[in-house]
Amino acid sequence: MSLVNFTAREIACKIVYYGPGRSGKTTNLHYVYDRVPDSRRGQMVSLATQTDRTLFFDFLPIDLGQISGFSTRFQLYTVPGQVYYNATRRLVLQGADGVVFVADSQAQQLDENLESLQNLQSNLLEHGVDIRNLPLVMQYNKQDLPRELILAPADLDDALNFRGVPSFGADALHGAGVFETLKGISELVLKKLAAGSPA
Amino acid sequence: MTSALNPRYTFETFVVGAANRLAVTAGRSVAENPGSAYNPLFIYSGPGLGKTHLLMGVGHTAKQLAPGLNIEYLTLDEWVEAFHAAVAAGQGDAFRRRFQNVDVLLVDDVQFLSNRKEMQSELLRLTEALQVAGRQIVLTSDRPPVEIGDLDARLISRLSGGLVVDIGAPDYETRVAILRRKAEERGARFQPGVLEAVAGAPLTNVRELMGAVNRLMAHQAVSDTPIDGETAKRLLGIGAPAPAPAATAGGPSGAAKRVGAGPPSPPAVDEFGAFLADVTVTVGRAVEAWRARVAEEILRWEGEGYRTQRLEALLDQNAPAAVDEAIAAFVRDVERLKALEVEVAQLDPAVAGLSVFRDPERIRDAEEEAARARAGAAPPPAPSPAFPLSAYAVGPSNAVAVSAVRAVLERPGKKYNPLVLVGHSGCGKTHLLNALGLELAHANGAIVACLSTQAFIDELIAAIDANRVDWWRARYRRVTALLLDDVHLVAGKERTQEELFNLFNLLQDGERQLAFTASAPPNTLAGIEERIASRLEGGLVVELKQPDRDVKRAVVERVLTQQDVAPESPLLDYLADRPADSVRSLVAAVQRVMSAAAAQDLPVTVGLAREVLEGTSPEDDGGTEDGRESRGGRRAGGPRASGVVVSNLGSIKSREKTVWDWPDVPDRLIEEFR
Repeated sequence: MSLVNFTAREIACKIVYYGPGRSGKTTNLHYVYDRVPDSRRGQMVSLATQTDRTLFFDFLPIDLGQISGFSTRFQLYTVPGQVYYNATRRLVLQGADGVVFVADSQAQQLDENLESLQNLQSNLLEHGVDIRNLPLVMQYNKQDLPRELILAPADLDDALNFRGVPSFGADALHGAGVFETLKGISELVLKKLAAGSPA
Repeated sequence: MTSALNPRYTFETFVVGAANRLAVTAGRSVAENPGSAYNPLFIYSGPGLGKTHLLMGVGHTAKQLAPGLNIEYLTLDEWVEAFHAAVAAGQGDAFRRRFQNVDVLLVDDVQFLSNRKEMQSELLRLTEALQVAGRQIVLTSDRPPVEIGDLDARLISRLSGGLVVDIGAPDYETRVAILRRKAEERGARFQPGVLEAVAGAPLTNVRELMGAVNRLMAHQAVSDTPIDGETAKRLLGIGAPAPAPAATAGGPSGAAKRVGAGPPSPPAVDEFGAFLADVTVTVGRAVEAWRARVAEEILRWEGEGYRTQRLEALLDQNAPAAVDEAIAAFVRDVERLKALEVEVAQLDPAVAGLSVFRDPERIRDAEEEAARARAGAAPPPAPSPAFPLSAYAVGPSNAVAVSAVRAVLERPGKKYNPLVLVGHSGCGKTHLLNALGLELAHANGAIVACLSTQAFIDELIAAIDANRVDWWRARYRRVTALLLDDVHLVAGKERTQEELFNLFNLLQDGERQLAFTASAPPNTLAGIEERIASRLEGGLVVELKQPDRDVKRAVVERVLTQQDVAPESPLLDYLADRPADSVRSLVAAVQRVMSAAAAQDLPVTVGLAREVLEGTSPEDDGGTEDGRESRGGRRAGGPRASGVVVSNLGSIKSREKTVWDWPDVPDRLIEEFR
């Protein structure tokens, strides 16, 4: 991982939005994209099928400018959620500095959430990364849906958030919770800077 | 129309935190090197975060470092108003000229350019002109250029072309620091915990913070007991604690509580800005302080074009010792390089562009380069020590000119600039010019160039020939005074006039003295371009008339004294009374008398003078007084040792090349008949 390169005075964070299909990962990135000034963002790369399902991955580079003398860049990725794109997911996960797990709050999607979470764990292991050592936050998306359809964040925490990482309720379509989530993962990732050794 | 800089708004009074550090660093770089670091510098932030303070800080620091700089601060509205007033008065061009001559232009609140097409194109034109001339422009706005509504694309790219930097909302620590400073400025004292409570309030705008302090001060003034933290919160209406930031919510319960409290809150207005501010604070905490310091120094010096590998090497280490000393040593080296570059640029601009002056690791090479430049830089010709002011004879014919010279000496470059001495050949212009030069050269660090215009032209031709015009220019550009004798000789010399014109402007702008001599008033000289003639006329043109009796008497006395001849009064009177249209002809006459005396081994007396100059015998005291030098046979009996008398002033003048011993007329006739 090359989170911080002191020689080049660069901080580059690779953040991967992970989660089951249709949980709203790409929606998160679109919302961020729309709020970042032109000068600060690169082109958002999105490879989608005709039905707007992510085929390969989405990629959004954000330039935060010089912070404390370091040129700071965030690279936001999504993985394709559908089960059969596992090779791509594994590829995208490579070198991730932090993961946002976007869970679908709908009660009927709980199994998919669990499955995806396990998939994340095993894919990370393939890269030799223990999920317990990687900055991770949970986002419970679609909290705007009718109460009877969704699980409350507390319930989702009980069901998914075994490690008690920071979690955020969200409505990615309208933007609620999107930046809170991004802030949450950014803080975790950047805090590792102080602990981490220079590249 | 230009607003004055508020003296309180300096960098020293600006509280620097993570959210504004980059903006401050950029501002400082710009103030220290206007026109070269980031041009234009565009600072944007929400209201009350210190844009205007920073902008004025740039102005103050730039002025402090280079008091000669022309610095203008104004808000966009003031600028628009000035433009409209100028256009209404038919002075649009004058308005443009005025702003194109500003060295550092500080424009506040440019977001008001929205929907003002004509002002946008005016600003575009001005920015281009200033950038081309290497002048600095700093702008502030409440949003980045791209977000200013209806802004011309060319202007967006122009304004974004330098450095666009934002000031984020201050973090908690910075807010406390700001509050402490503001309270101190107002002489207010609060109990511990009060300012911290205010800083904890959801006020991110410094003006709001100020309002809070003011409110507390007002309350404290009327209450008997000092306000404590809790009272402060109550007074400011900070009942409930501010919502905790997301990450500190930490565990699932915190998040659940927040989410469960109701539907997700509607998004804030500038989510990205808030995110950026948070990340900035986090990075500021995560990056060790010394790394941030080193990295900022690198950013700063890189921005100015210096190589920074020494500092970069520091960053590669885990915990280098003595970081601050290393930075200080680096900065010292850079400052030395800067000084060398400035010095060398004056000696030879071509050398100043070398990369050694940008690489602190090669400071030794830079010193050598500078030494070479110094060795190769001959000072421009200095005034001749043969013409001291003390030896200049003063009389009614030249009193005005001499008093003008004395006025110039009192305030060089400021009183009469240029000073043009006009008069016929030989009436003392060159002496007075050199005398002025000698006196000016007494000043500390003075470099006075004093030479004939012909020599000036010859030097330029030689420089063109050797492809060293830059060096030649640099040599004259660093003088503190330029004195050219016989400036009318530039007539018809187009290139010299061009160079003189530029040099003239540069020196005059820098309040460095210019003085010239000419055979006639500049506006009557043929072959001299109007722009030069008008500039010469623009100072003081003063005429030296034919020498009067006082001047002549003083000149004769000086010449005699120099030759160890006792200046007897009758002799002085006789010589001073002789008509002479110039000092030079007078001196020539005196020289003639003295060489005749030397040849005959006789003392210099009135009689001898009369004999030599008028042809009368020493015994014949009643010689002609009309001054015409008769060469008749009355002198025939006297021995004459010298054949041809030549003026010892260095050049043979036909009227002084006189044959004294004519053969007898009969012999001459026989010669001619043969």
